[in-house]
Amino acid sequence: MRRAVIIFTAVLGFVLTSLGFGATSALAAGESLQGTLTNAGQPVAGVVINVSDESGTSAGKATSAADGKWSVPVKGPGTYKVDLDTTTLPQGVTVANGRPSLTLTVFEGAARNVLFPLGTAAAPGSEPAESEGPSQLERVLDLIYTGIHFGLIIALAALGLSLIFGTMGLTNFAHGELITFGALSCFVLNVWWNVPVVISAILAVVVGGAFGWFQDRVFWGWLRTRRTGLISMMIISIGVALVLRYVYLYIFGGTTVQYAEYVAQPGIDLGPIAVAPKNLVMDAIAIVVLVVVSLALTKTRLGKATRAVSNNPALAAASGISVDAIIRLVWTIGGALAALSGVMLGLFQGVNYQMGFQILLLVFAAVTLGGLGTAFGALLGSLVVGLATQLSTLWIPTELKNVGALVVLIVIIMFRPQGILGRRERIG
Amino acid sequence: MPWDIIFGVSLESLFNASMIAYALAAIGLNVHFGYTGLLNFGQSAFLGVAAYGLAMTVSTFGLPFWVGIGVGLAGAVVLALLLGIPTLRLRADYLAIVTIAASEIIRLLYRSVTLSDWTGGSDGLQSFSDDFFALNPYSSPLEVGIISLDARELWVITVGWILIAISLLIVFLAMRSPWGRVIKAIREDEDAVRSLGKNVVSYKMQSLILGGVLGSLGGFILALSKAAVQPDTFGTEFTFYMYTIVILGGAARVFGPVVGSMIFWFLLAFINSLLPELIKHGYMPEWLMKTSQAGPFGYILVGLGLVLLLIFRPQGIFGDKKEVMLDGR
Repeated sequence: MRRAVIIFTAVLGFVLTSLGFGATSALAAGESLQGTLTNAGQPVAGVVINVSDESGTSAGKATSAADGKWSVPVKGPGTYKVDLDTTTLPQGVTVANGRPSLTLTVFEGAARNVLFPLGTAAAPGSEPAESEGPSQLERVLDLIYTGIHFGLIIALAALGLSLIFGTMGLTNFAHGELITFGALSCFVLNVWWNVPVVISAILAVVVGGAFGWFQDRVFWGWLRTRRTGLISMMIISIGVALVLRYVYLYIFGGTTVQYAEYVAQPGIDLGPIAVAPKNLVMDAIAIVVLVVVSLALTKTRLGKATRAVSNNPALAAASGISVDAIIRLVWTIGGALAALSGVMLGLFQGVNYQMGFQILLLVFAAVTLGGLGTAFGALLGSLVVGLATQLSTLWIPTELKNVGALVVLIVIIMFRPQGILGRRERIG
Repeated sequence: MPWDIIFGVSLESLFNASMIAYALAAIGLNVHFGYTGLLNFGQSAFLGVAAYGLAMTVSTFGLPFWVGIGVGLAGAVVLALLLGIPTLRLRADYLAIVTIAASEIIRLLYRSVTLSDWTGGSDGLQSFSDDFFALNPYSSPLEVGIISLDARELWVITVGWILIAISLLIVFLAMRSPWGRVIKAIREDEDAVRSLGKNVVSYKMQSLILGGVLGSLGGFILALSKAAVQPDTFGTEFTFYMYTIVILGGAARVFGPVVGSMIFWFLLAFINSLLPELIKHGYMPEWLMKTSQAGPFGYILVGLGLVLLLIFRPQGIFGDKKEVMLDGR
């Protein structure tokens, strides 16, 4: 009997923790900074890395192991200063870009990779005099760039969300899972099946579009023919999001993983800031995609039909537009855009089963800021949200930057509920 | 297979503290969603404000327990006002987005390192419940068949069920009063009510406050039963489970949330204790499910249940289809 009681308590404890806390807390924990030190392809061991938080107090230290790997678990998301103790480097080895001290942001639940490119020391005297920390101007410029980059990632997702809302009136809480779907598809292709990242990214976008089409074909379209109410569909989308998110967790587990390539890339100097080339390429792709979709919306027949359905579905149907086909097209495009956004987010901060859910609120903020249902407002709103999250870190701690964006959302709703580009009649 | 443990755990979840906390939260949400038609997606924030109001008052500032309860209740009222003022004049989905955003803001503030002197950061707060357990009249554990409860659990459960009874009485009396008829009329047709000269925004605000305060009782129970508060308990998923519970039991029904919570927890506890045992005893093939996958599987079923309920039986078990606010504008 006594043994039964002990087992019972253990099971109960397990159940309570797994039910009560497990779902969120276990996954939110685990932020860390990590990296691998190599010099000319060889791991470098015994190098001391110090991590300190924004106030300058030490947050941990690590020594690189025999395989060159080091990892420092940190208390939570935020900005950390990572110092490589150059005196512990082997003779003749230095940090190639002259930056042994980096200030980095760790995202919630993510393990941030830190790259210290090592190289053989150049002849004495030619050492660049770049040892002082970044100036305020450099920091602001850096944040503006990151803000635009992040804003473009949000914009890709927001455009799809906004189109879906515009054409079928659904506030789709499962849109974040479309983002995750793209990132995970790319991960499967790249890491499990060894396809290069560039090709897997393209395939992931195709698969994402197909997933969007499929969802509407078998599920949302069926609900529309059943005449399910909009509020009903909104709550159904929450259910769909739960199912998808935990299917991802079921298959992929709760850890944050990285793609096999382009994980950490040394930045190239662009004037005062250093930007990794992968980010510039992604920005270019995002801008091209957004411009093409916007042009398609304004110039092509299908785009005009889409806007007609957004404006008034009944009237559009009466003038011979197949509303169902348009909505299915919008789901396909929305799925593809979300997948692209997911791939980029994965390259930016790693792949996690709840990455889409975590960014979804910012996407909502962007869409609402721009004006619910207006495609161009979504683009504008995304850039505002991206810049607001990043620039707010000048005044508030980095870990609270999303709070800044969400507060901006609430304030905008108070004073201009139709959003920046929205129309008055849609709100009341 | 230890069937006695599996059924013991499942039966216990018909009346234990978690079920009570979810039931109270869902009773509050039922006032918002079921009766008034407000899409409050931030109900977890009301529980969070109450739990942290209590924990911070007692643990951080060293004030008495009852002051903490007062602070928690006041916090819920203030939160309702803050959420309601900007959004109650707008369309339903604005309230949804603002409430979900607000609940995330509150959670992120609780777990931030900057405020951890007051909130304990991601570790949360402990040692605020001594005064509550000092009032405990039970001294010995209770064992009935396969269920056993220690004295502390008994005390939390007793208080919890008293709170449920009071809450249900309040909801029952409020909804058959003239006030309740106006509230239900707002759900059916806001413009019609406005044309009768009623101040719709004011009524919605009162409903938001009432539901928030009822939900905050669940926050107290959650905090006291674990003798700890932890920020990630109050995430947005918590709110989504409450919606599942409200819809399962039947929206706009007095007993709906309690029955919904019982069924929800019974099924979830049963699945979550059955699956690991099946895996341990080799009845579940290894390639299909590992022990770490049993937890996610339960939540997949929750999501699936929510979807299927809304499609095939939106009124839940006891609800009336005509009374479920699911059409929107």
